[in-house]
Amino acid sequence: MSMEQKAGTRLIVKDVSKTFYQKKIEPHHVVDKVSLEVKDNEFLVLLGPGHCGKTVLLNIVSGLMPPDEGSVYLDGEKITKPNPKIGMVFQKLGLMPWKTVIENVEIGPKLSGINVKTRRERAEYFIDLVGLKGFENSYPHQLSGGMKQRVGIARAYTNDPEILIMDEPFGQLDAQTRYNMQNEISRISEHEKRTIIFVTNNIEEALYLGDRIILFTECPARVKEIYDIDLKRPRDMIDPEFLRLRKMISNNTDLAL
Amino acid sequence: MNNNNLLKKGRRMGDLKYMILSVISVLTFLLIWQLLVIFGVLSTRTIAAPTQVLVTFFEKFYSTAPDGATIFTNIAVSLKVSLTGFFSAIIIGTPLGMLMGWYKPLDRFIRPLFEIIRPIPPIAWIPLTILWVGIGLGAKAMIIFFSAFVPCVINSYTGIKLTSQVHVSVAKTFGASNFKIFRTVGVPSSMPMAFAGIRIALGNSWGTLVAAELLAANAGLGYMIMMGRQFVRPDVIILGMLTIGILGFIFTWIFTKIENVVVRWRTL
Ligand SMILES: Nc1ncnc2c1ncn2[C@@H]1O[C@H](COP(=O)(O)OP(=O)(O)O)[C@@H](O)[C@H]1O
Ligand SMILES: [Mg+2]
Repeated sequence: MSMEQKAGTRLIVKDVSKTFYQKKIEPHHVVDKVSLEVKDNEFLVLLGPGHCGKTVLLNIVSGLMPPDEGSVYLDGEKITKPNPKIGMVFQKLGLMPWKTVIENVEIGPKLSGINVKTRRERAEYFIDLVGLKGFENSYPHQLSGGMKQRVGIARAYTNDPEILIMDEPFGQLDAQTRYNMQNEISRISEHEKRTIIFVTNNIEEALYLGDRIILFTECPARVKEIYDIDLKRPRDMIDPEFLRLRKMISNNTDLAL
Repeated sequence: MNNNNLLKKGRRMGDLKYMILSVISVLTFLLIWQLLVIFGVLSTRTIAAPTQVLVTFFEKFYSTAPDGATIFTNIAVSLKVSLTGFFSAIIIGTPLGMLMGWYKPLDRFIRPLFEIIRPIPPIAWIPLTILWVGIGLGAKAMIIFFSAFVPCVINSYTGIKLTSQVHVSVAKTFGASNFKIFRTVGVPSSMPMAFAGIRIALGNSWGTLVAAELLAANAGLGYMIMMGRQFVRPDVIILGMLTIGILGFIFTWIFTKIENVVVRWRTL
């Protein structure tokens, strides 16, 4: 099944809903009729409070979990299973502790049967780009939180996805590291143009990175508002316009994010 | 010499001090034992002096009395039996457990049979295996197999069941098939558990070996011990016991080395 789409649109999420049914507890309605579009090469931020269903929505978008209702289309084709064109940086990271940094990073091309030489080269390139040169042969538990996050990002890029989903990649980091990583991701995404869907619960982070911000409600997740952010890059967190937008979004949320 | 080196030296001297204590402990024990035998407190019909055990050890290099084989033949026979059973248990049990943990239909199919076999003590298989294959290598290897098979299956099964869901999702987003995910994610992440199972299997198979040989054999360390009892040769019995203990210790040591290499990521 395919779907009409406007030029420049890569991904369409159409009326997606998800409810979890578990024994002995009330059905848990997590995603409620979410519709959105992702444009080619844009940096789209999904902003929403914790436990509002963001990760569930991403799992549906990436084909890891079927929706109860609605569909997701990539270039007009309905998504029914994971697709290497869509890459994911997981909130829980999922680095494999038995693999070194470079083995973790090259796992995507390795699983698709690409030869050692080619995939090593690609892996080295992105390890370098995320600033982990020299740590190729370290194991994940030897790295700091920020470095692990970089491995997760390099791993997703190395598989050369057209759309890159990042699920709260900096949620676990301390303020300083988080700030550095925001700069880094901004630099990396300029360098390696991709369509990015970036999830966060932090308004400043959203404004610092996004071309567009989609604001979600509390659970169940529903689209509340869409903002086009026309601030010039690199962005300045104390620019009056930045602060005005921040205030505006903040006033529109029920929770202090 | 800097502080750090001094500290290290201090620690090493501490280690040495404890080592000396351990050696003294063993020597004292042997000395008391020796004296008790020399002064006739313990009868040589029930126990042999340490020096006598040592003499018997060297004698058994060539002597085949009283069990019909030299110590090396006995060791070789025992090793052959236990390693045959042990390795077949690993080769069959570990993959089986992993596959059962990964593929539900296989789990449902094999589980009932496994649960029936599981609580039967390995030694209870002895009479039946003797009827099947006599008292040769096959019978004992089979008994050892039963003792080692169960922990191999259970541990690798549990290990693979504990595979992290995120790791599976990661592989899925890269388009890997279920079998590929099994191989590249399930198997390696269950390795530490699988190794813990193999370690139990190692202990079981060495323990069961002796039991198997005590009951049904014509050579081997367990058989040597039993002949020692029949011919009232406590020196032979003790020599057999010590050989079994030392070999068991060496096995565990080798195994730990291998484990540290294979699942190095866990301990790094
Ligand atoms: N597989 C699942 N089964 C049952 N409940 C789930 C499952 N996955 C997520 N949930 C629930 O859905 C809600 C939203 O989760 P999530 O999407 O992870 O939130 P977040 O917006 O923080 O990413 C949570 O309350 C969570 O407990
Ligand atoms: Mg989440």
